[in-house]
Amino acid sequence: MTDTYADLLACEDLLLFAGAAISSTGQREFHGDADAQRLSLDFLHEYVHGTLPDLYALMLALHVNDHNATRIVHTLLSRPRSEAPPEERARENGLIRRRLALMPPQRVYRLFARLAAERVNNRRTRAVMRDWIAGRALDLDALKYRAGLRAAARHARVPLPDEVARFLFSAPAARRARPYASSLLEAHRRAHYAARDLYDLPYSVAEGFAAHHRVPRAVFLEGIAARATRAERLRLDRTAHRHGLAPPLADLASVPLLRLCSYVLALSPSERRARRAELEQALERAALRTAGPLAGTWPRTAAVLDDSHSSTGSRARRDRPLALALACHHLVRALAPESSSHWVSGRTDALTARPLGPTPLIEPILDALETGPARVVVVSDGYDDTPPLLADALTLWRRRVDPDRSVTMVHLSPVWDADSSAPHRLSPAVPTIGLHDPAVLPSLVELARFGEGRLGLSELRGHLITTADAHLGEGS
Amino acid sequence: MNAGRHLSLEGITTGTAQRWGGVRLVPLSRAEPVPGLRLHPMAAEDVRDDPALAAEYEDAGTCCYVPHAYVLTWDGDPEPSAAYGTRLIPPGRSSAPRRVHLDLRGRRVRESVRGRARFLPMRSAVDGLLSLFAGGPEIAWAEWSRRLIRDGLSAPALTTYLGEEIEGLAEALRVFEIHPDQCGVAVYVADVLASVHLYPHPDDYRALHTSMLLDLFGESLYMYGLLRTGVAPLYAPLREREVRSLADLRREVARSRAGTRSGHDSLMVSSLTEGLYRNGGEIAFGRWESRSEGGPRSPMFRVGWLAPEPTRGDGAHAGEIIVDAHGRPAYLKTLRLSTGQVRRARLLSTLREADWRSAEAADSLGITESELVARLDRTGLGHLLAPGLLEAHRAERRRAARR
Repeated sequence: MTDTYADLLACEDLLLFAGAAISSTGQREFHGDADAQRLSLDFLHEYVHGTLPDLYALMLALHVNDHNATRIVHTLLSRPRSEAPPEERARENGLIRRRLALMPPQRVYRLFARLAAERVNNRRTRAVMRDWIAGRALDLDALKYRAGLRAAARHARVPLPDEVARFLFSAPAARRARPYASSLLEAHRRAHYAARDLYDLPYSVAEGFAAHHRVPRAVFLEGIAARATRAERLRLDRTAHRHGLAPPLADLASVPLLRLCSYVLALSPSERRARRAELEQALERAALRTAGPLAGTWPRTAAVLDDSHSSTGSRARRDRPLALALACHHLVRALAPESSSHWVSGRTDALTARPLGPTPLIEPILDALETGPARVVVVSDGYDDTPPLLADALTLWRRRVDPDRSVTMVHLSPVWDADSSAPHRLSPAVPTIGLHDPAVLPSLVELARFGEGRLGLSELRGHLITTADAHLGEGS
Repeated sequence: MNAGRHLSLEGITTGTAQRWGGVRLVPLSRAEPVPGLRLHPMAAEDVRDDPALAAEYEDAGTCCYVPHAYVLTWDGDPEPSAAYGTRLIPPGRSSAPRRVHLDLRGRRVRESVRGRARFLPMRSAVDGLLSLFAGGPEIAWAEWSRRLIRDGLSAPALTTYLGEEIEGLAEALRVFEIHPDQCGVAVYVADVLASVHLYPHPDDYRALHTSMLLDLFGESLYMYGLLRTGVAPLYAPLREREVRSLADLRREVARSRAGTRSGHDSLMVSSLTEGLYRNGGEIAFGRWESRSEGGPRSPMFRVGWLAPEPTRGDGAHAGEIIVDAHGRPAYLKTLRLSTGQVRRARLLSTLREADWRSAEAADSLGITESELVARLDRTGLGHLLAPGLLEAHRAERRRAARR
């Protein structure tokens, strides 16, 4: 071990930042408000960028959530390190490009608009914008992300095709004077005058025209269903149901696990019971898809899932912690052939889960341990009713009942606590990791190894560089 | 009357406390809801306009209560007002009892009152409560103001402010996780028992959880809230030596929980259960039925007022209780009195015991009559005295000061 004490501290700081960047979104939580979250997160970004600038960019290769990835890219573009060695700069450029390519376009355009507003106009920024825009279908983006594309193209002086440029930059009269060759732009021009043309437009753009032409909601939804994206169709499910239309997304099988869980939790318990077979099958298949090649490889596992009142989350993230618990319930079942789930409220039916009641975590954890598992996964925000009882009991369990570590226990927290700049811990005996998306569960377990203090900064740096190179390799 | 009877919390179990900042909330649960007593449909927001429910209650012979200081719009009175004293009202009707109208200052307060169930702030509520059990003089002694003799003790129209301004309480309430069978709560602010609420049915508690705690409290809690001290969790430590297996650990956890619960019951709520005395007129209501075949018949429920023992010092509570035929509390609400209110309560109870003869009351306090007048004036009860007497007394004081 060649690490100095400072290196160990740096390692710890970096893991702290990784945990925050994976779980926190700067939104309001059940116990804390959005301002505190943002302030605390901003501090971490500034701190790591200031002290460990080479590793800061490598975070993009981990499963950092989109909010923090945008923040990292913003920092890298607005404050580039001119003194960095060329191979590091090249890797940074590659990571930025790869990450932006994976991100939803609305987030990227929002980032570009912010950079334009802050007048960040260095060569790297212009190149990133140009390259990213070059890979897009521009007539669609001109409609859906009009302001963002306009700001980015103008700011980075990106040459656009003539029609798109005319659509974005000319006055309204000139914009609509002549027909377009592009069918989308032409549909947009004609939708100003005739309601029947708006059904060729993307859903979010057509909605404004439907209001303009006073198209009845039911008629509009029926006509536009084919043009809506998958997420939009899932969102329109309730509205369509109210208007007596067929569900716009007939097959739930293609929906990602977490989104499906949120959808299920938004249904009333009676509707969930009525559609039990359909929903459970969709959840199982989504979990299997998320587990991928790891399905069935885990040893006997017990999941402890928090469905107390605090798993309602906040208005900004409604029922998010409970949706994550439900997702983990199905994911653990897919990963481990022999698994059991223990809800805090004592319920046995996962499909009808509701966020109600107090949080006595220790009893369900003891129930889980009694089933004789090799692995215990606790999904909870970590706010127990009697924190010292829980902490002491887990420490005693580790020290007196299971000293040779035959059972591994990990606590996954969907909530990031702004005051301590970390997820709320259960006990020093149990490692706690922030969780944003169940799909990244395996990589989190990988990262948790470094938290135990047995591996140092040099190993962590090595791990990050390997991950980054593998990540870049996937893209090319 | 039943003065001197202690308060018992029989049939009620305390749950695990939850705390947030300086506020600790201890849930009180029942195994079974109390049969035959529910919150009046008029007071429960979600069923207010549901005549079917009222009919159902009537058929089942259910009694309905409207809590003390609960702000409602009564039939035939467009302005919202609050009843003084918990009322038992037949489910279908809403006749207006003795009540206080609110002096609503500020747009926010007015808007929050409109169409929403809420309570008076604590100070107003307690003042109203005190005036109820002190009654009023039955003989028109010359010392007292005409209004007091004509109307009994009255509180002037009160200025109300929202309880949202109390530090930490709204947040503690928001994050509190209600137990499925919870019927009540004991509220501690900076570990001072501030209030105990108990309802006959978990649904009643859920209906009143936020409205009651958000709007109830006044100055004394406000001051404690400002302390900003985080309270420590209640916890009986585990014994490491006893733990060798999972079963041992489970037993130790259960032991710790039981220890915490009994510690709370014997140390913290005892200040309430041992210091409160039932006082004032008990009202019986509900069907009369006999507990055993051919035994004496007693009413289903009785409402009573709770008053602090006059000799006790700080930490006194006042409140109301509904007990069932077996003497178990079905509804309970106590409020912590501020020091000024304790003084006021002590003076009022002395006056009441002396049948409002000022000379006798002064005697029993060991002071002169003029000092009694001064004391009444100081504690804010000057308006009870005849204006001439008060003026004469003040003039006397001024002369004495000049000399």
